[in-house]
Amino acid sequence: MTVLQWASAWSAKQSIYALKCVIWVGALIPICRLVYLGFNDGLGANPVEFIERSTGSWALIFLLLSLGVTPLKLLTQQAWLIAVRRLLGLWMFAYAVLHVTSYVWLDYQFDWLDIVKDIVKHPYVLVGAAALLLTLPLAATSNQRAIRALKQRWKRLHKIVYVIGILALLHFWWLVKKDVTEPVIYSVVFAMLIALRWLPLTKKTSK
Amino acid sequence: AQTLDFQKTAYGKDEKLTSYEDVTSYNNYYEFGTGKEDPAREAVLFKPTPWTIKIEGAVKQNKTISIEQLMKLAPLEERIYRMRCVEGWSMVIPWVGLPLKALVDWAQPTGNAKYIEFVSYNDPRHMPGARIPVLDWPYLEGLRMDEAMQPLTLLAVGLYGKVLPNQNGAPVRLVVPWKYGFKGAKAISTIRFVEQMPRTSWMKASAREYGFYANVNPAVDHPRWTQSSEKRIGAGVFAGRIKTKMFNGYDEVGQLYAGMDLQKNF
Repeated sequence: MTVLQWASAWSAKQSIYALKCVIWVGALIPICRLVYLGFNDGLGANPVEFIERSTGSWALIFLLLSLGVTPLKLLTQQAWLIAVRRLLGLWMFAYAVLHVTSYVWLDYQFDWLDIVKDIVKHPYVLVGAAALLLTLPLAATSNQRAIRALKQRWKRLHKIVYVIGILALLHFWWLVKKDVTEPVIYSVVFAMLIALRWLPLTKKTSK
Repeated sequence: AQTLDFQKTAYGKDEKLTSYEDVTSYNNYYEFGTGKEDPAREAVLFKPTPWTIKIEGAVKQNKTISIEQLMKLAPLEERIYRMRCVEGWSMVIPWVGLPLKALVDWAQPTGNAKYIEFVSYNDPRHMPGARIPVLDWPYLEGLRMDEAMQPLTLLAVGLYGKVLPNQNGAPVRLVVPWKYGFKGAKAISTIRFVEQMPRTSWMKASAREYGFYANVNPAVDHPRWTQSSEKRIGAGVFAGRIKTKMFNGYDEVGQLYAGMDLQKNF
């Protein structure tokens, strides 16, 4: 709680600014690491797989972080927290795009015929592709103008994030050959973040 | 590591080798963990000597053979083979070993021997991955008798001229270059001659995905991975993929499967 007390001494505007800085730095570190390792022969025997796994994991992590904002806001009664949700969501989108770029470019060298075959034949790729497509309308409507224009429909539209989360988790489950430890961890966190929304103690109406 | 005495052969002499570093740091060896880097780290303390292999089943008599005896059954040869993993990547590895046929002849199987089972060593005390039931331990693989006698089929005891590193299956492993890598049972402790087709560990894990034959076949797709092309390890970030060849390019084994439906017997 000390961090929150310390933060609450600031104005909401200062808190938002500070937290956004932290998110930007945190989000850029994995990219810098990949670039650094790439130029220093540090990506291991299968560098393309390394990049695909890393960007995929970070897309999933940012998805979970963005889903964590609402429960955290309700638990801590810090309304200003909602202001960082868009940034987290956009970083999820950025990592998803990097993930797909590494697949299309580094893995398949833009061999579209093979890519289409891979998507159609392998359920885990199909599900991943569907998840990516669903992020597009969310990213496109993440600006202030779209929020105003869509009004109530904006909220409904952005519920798609739950579907994206389920598809992304399925993508991970089906990709893993045998050891499902990692997908289990992500799925449990996802389920907890969903469950938190339903618990009465986090309802705005409670004291 | 200790160097071995061996003869060079013409197998794969024009291939570009995958680096020793990559061959010994990117391994699938679930007894030591499911991560590719786990075996190199977790197998450091594994002791592959002394070592004996039990020979049992449809043989004149059950017996055991030490690794030293095994290495004297035939002159050791270096064979550069392509290795294609079912996950869609490949390597080129200079193995040192002897034809499996030499051991089969020594074992004197009876007429009832139609298949061979290879049982890998399994010790949860020294193998952290073996404490987790990711597969039905011990790791079990198998070959049909004629596949085992095929001259390409190798019992490897080394690579790059040196004794086999632990993470690559020390002290002795199977190498069947026209099949997916998982057929290559590591740290073999028992060889059993049997009449029925063995149910291998991967078949038990998912019979839909992993067949008994597991021949490299670009025309038979895997539920997860594209099998028509592969990534060559060590080729670099921008190298792209290479087309996978039927039987991993070892066309001479085709006659073993004459008249068989390889879509069904995958």
